[in-house]
Amino acid sequence: MIPDASGTLLSLALLQLHLGWSLLRLDPLDGVKSGTSIFAPAGTPAHTIFGLSMLVLSICAAIFVIVGGLLLFVLIRFRQHPSDQNSEREPAQIYGSTQIELSWTVIPIIIVVMLFLATTRVIFSTQHARRPVESLDVTVIGHQFWWEYRYPKLGIVTANELHIPVSNPATPTPTYLTMSSADTDHSFWVPRLAGKTDLIPNRVNTMWIDPEQAGLYLGQCAQYCGTQHAKMLLRVYADSPADFAAWVEHQKQPASQNPQAAEGQAVFQHNACISCHTVAGTVATGKFGPDLTHVGSRDTIASGAVPNTPANLRTFVDNPGHFKPGILMPPMHLNDHDLDAVTAYLVTLK
Amino acid sequence: MATQSPVTAVLDKTQASQPPRLFLATLHEWVTTVDHKKIGLMYIGYALFFLVVAGFEAILMRIQLAIPNNTFVSPQAFNRLFTMHGTTMVFFVGMPILFGFGNYLVPLMIGARDMAFPRLNAFSFWVSAFGGSLLYFSYLGGDGLYGAGSAPDVGWFAYAPLTARVFSPGHSTDYWTLAVLLSGIGNIGTALNIVATTICMRCPGMKLNRMPLLVWLYLVTSMMVFVAVSPLTAAQIMLLLDRYLGSHFFDTQAGGSAVLWMHFFWIFGHPEVYILVLPAFAFANEIIPVFSRKAIFGYPAMVAASVGIGFISLSVWAHHMFTVGMGAGANTFFTLSTMVIAVPTGIKIFNWLATLWGGKIRYTVAMMFSVGFLFQFLIAGLTGIMLSASPFDWQLGNSYFVVAHFHYVLVGAILFMIFAAFYYWYPKMTGHMLDEKLGKWHFWLFLIGFHLTFDFMHIPGILGMPRRIYTYEADRGWMLLNMITSSGAFFQAIATLLFVYNMVWSYFKGPIAGADPWDAWTLEWSTVSPPPAYNFATIPTVESRRPLWDLKHPEDPDTRYE
Repeated sequence: MIPDASGTLLSLALLQLHLGWSLLRLDPLDGVKSGTSIFAPAGTPAHTIFGLSMLVLSICAAIFVIVGGLLLFVLIRFRQHPSDQNSEREPAQIYGSTQIELSWTVIPIIIVVMLFLATTRVIFSTQHARRPVESLDVTVIGHQFWWEYRYPKLGIVTANELHIPVSNPATPTPTYLTMSSADTDHSFWVPRLAGKTDLIPNRVNTMWIDPEQAGLYLGQCAQYCGTQHAKMLLRVYADSPADFAAWVEHQKQPASQNPQAAEGQAVFQHNACISCHTVAGTVATGKFGPDLTHVGSRDTIASGAVPNTPANLRTFVDNPGHFKPGILMPPMHLNDHDLDAVTAYLVTLK
Repeated sequence: MATQSPVTAVLDKTQASQPPRLFLATLHEWVTTVDHKKIGLMYIGYALFFLVVAGFEAILMRIQLAIPNNTFVSPQAFNRLFTMHGTTMVFFVGMPILFGFGNYLVPLMIGARDMAFPRLNAFSFWVSAFGGSLLYFSYLGGDGLYGAGSAPDVGWFAYAPLTARVFSPGHSTDYWTLAVLLSGIGNIGTALNIVATTICMRCPGMKLNRMPLLVWLYLVTSMMVFVAVSPLTAAQIMLLLDRYLGSHFFDTQAGGSAVLWMHFFWIFGHPEVYILVLPAFAFANEIIPVFSRKAIFGYPAMVAASVGIGFISLSVWAHHMFTVGMGAGANTFFTLSTMVIAVPTGIKIFNWLATLWGGKIRYTVAMMFSVGFLFQFLIAGLTGIMLSASPFDWQLGNSYFVVAHFHYVLVGAILFMIFAAFYYWYPKMTGHMLDEKLGKWHFWLFLIGFHLTFDFMHIPGILGMPRRIYTYEADRGWMLLNMITSSGAFFQAIATLLFVYNMVWSYFKGPIAGADPWDAWTLEWSTVSPPPAYNFATIPTVESRRPLWDLKHPEDPDTRYE
């Protein structure tokens, strides 16, 4: 038995309403668990956008209830009755009404103007925010398929894991990101901190973030950039001021020299590794791949694709495409002995 | 059924029985035809074929995304799937199916014998169809000689510099470029033809303000095609110059501009949405009045709103570029121009509501699909307003929220109205009714599948899931939503196959339709089904917007509104 059209539209409307309702009160804790919900803002730009989103969502939900309700009413109230099936009586023909049509032109215009003004405030408050003195500069460069972070004033270069200080309302210490791309378009999106900004070759974009709580904020590249777009993951670590200062001190040190890893270092330096990778204080000065000076101190490798364990490192060096098919680093074709040595070396680069 | 009208009485009855034709003769007839109806049907046929193909691609993608870290297809295969799915749906399903209906209906509805330029019409069709074949040939011939699995993987938007030779070696991107270029040439030819036909070929008495709204909307659409598709064609040529003759428009490694491509692409890409949706509105404007037994409410406002949408839609393209760093001023302008579109669109929805008000609504399958359209288009419009607020877009642009939004437009609104148009005009095209019972199964299965897929797709976007990723991490909380979304896709696939089966079955076994099965009012229903090659035995004369209403209701003629 196929249900009656108008009757079952009711259930459709209820489904929509339920979804709209659950959207409006999506549990922020879910967002924290997933780490990427725009409804769990943790920084000023994200908060401002969240406020606007709630306003827009509420207005749109109200319009949906009113217009959708009206539609349902009309569809049920004016359906042809079975008794009327064969009657040739046609309903009264009404060709229009200027007054009624004007009203449903003017009211939407008013709503649009209100929404537009609210939106403009947020656009300008975010894009033209006054920059406090206590702010940190980071240059973000997008690569296929990893992130390069440079701290020009601190002399630090790192990759894939961005460390920044937390910012509090009393003494804001936001981080200003200056963004560009080395190859294709990318987009920097950490939903809990701010909206996304694209990284485009031959162009410099800027944005700012100011996480209010220490912790790890996840995100990922949001502009299709090639085969491995999916695993160009973002990890932003918001550190307390003390932790951040310690991290900076550590990053400024040249690579640790561990005599036990000398053999691995030799393998590293006698292979193509140094064409692409830098290890500060050694002959390795390649710029094409991530800086490996402190790779051992990172939590993940391959731009967040897998945890940084010796086993994963070994597999990665042997065949990078195992974790990330389409990655630009070629398989190194090292024998088992050399693989072990290089892995041992990389692990020591704390 | 209303009284036998004089117009139907003068119908030509000679085409009823013809001797069976040989296959080759039939093939020859179709290949060489310049008849607007045959060309329209060929457009529709090839679009339906590609609808099934692109739907199959969507199913493969949904299987891949159903669970995290799935390895059902490789990353590159997935990227090819979404590129082919998008390109096919826009250029080889949406455009041809809508132009197919336009080709078929516009001359009939204005009482003409054919299009203004029948040979150009055939040329446009064959060029477009060749484009589609070329796109799929790339699966065989993209990289190297018949290297299997080498379709383009640059996305249907083909952002520079990913299409530059350094990032896209081989020929797959060239196949994409040429396919889109050819389809663009075909579309411009057809649009030109529709404009010329509408302006010059109307039957006596059919003033511009008496044209059926469908014809008005096709006129606006066709004008938009000139303005929107030409830049796309130019961009394709520039891309070819970049790839083969050493120019550097979009080659960023040599100083070219990636943003230039975005402007070119979206100055086509955004009006394109309206080029697709206006014909869907056009179908609604014909179907909703007939099945609620009312004249369309506010004809002049409907025309004005459509023309308004046509103009405004040309000034909103950069809302696809809120995140490229255009600055606050540009973001503000494009927020406003995008939000303003809500006004004429709202007028349309309210006028349809007013048309239904006080009517005698008959729930045929065509009407059920139209009702689904109204609902879903309302939702699509509202999420569109949300996205037009550029800060909201900074968060949700390129996320699954956007994917859900535009599938509400392209499937919930446009495809639903295309299905409605099939149930409504199939009897005219073939002389047989589509089976209503199968049609109801089709409707309900598709409706359920559609909402399972695209309702739930909004939420992963809000939870931070970007689009165009072949897989995702298990810890993000996206899995359940993706499972639901993927299961809905299967409902839609089954429903579509049911629809195709219905069309084939009804062609042979469906009840005879007669000239005017729906008791409708426009001129196409005054001739036999299917219409003969010359459409009308005598060219009709009209005195109002609804000539058949006047004939059926001499006591209450439509002429009184003028």
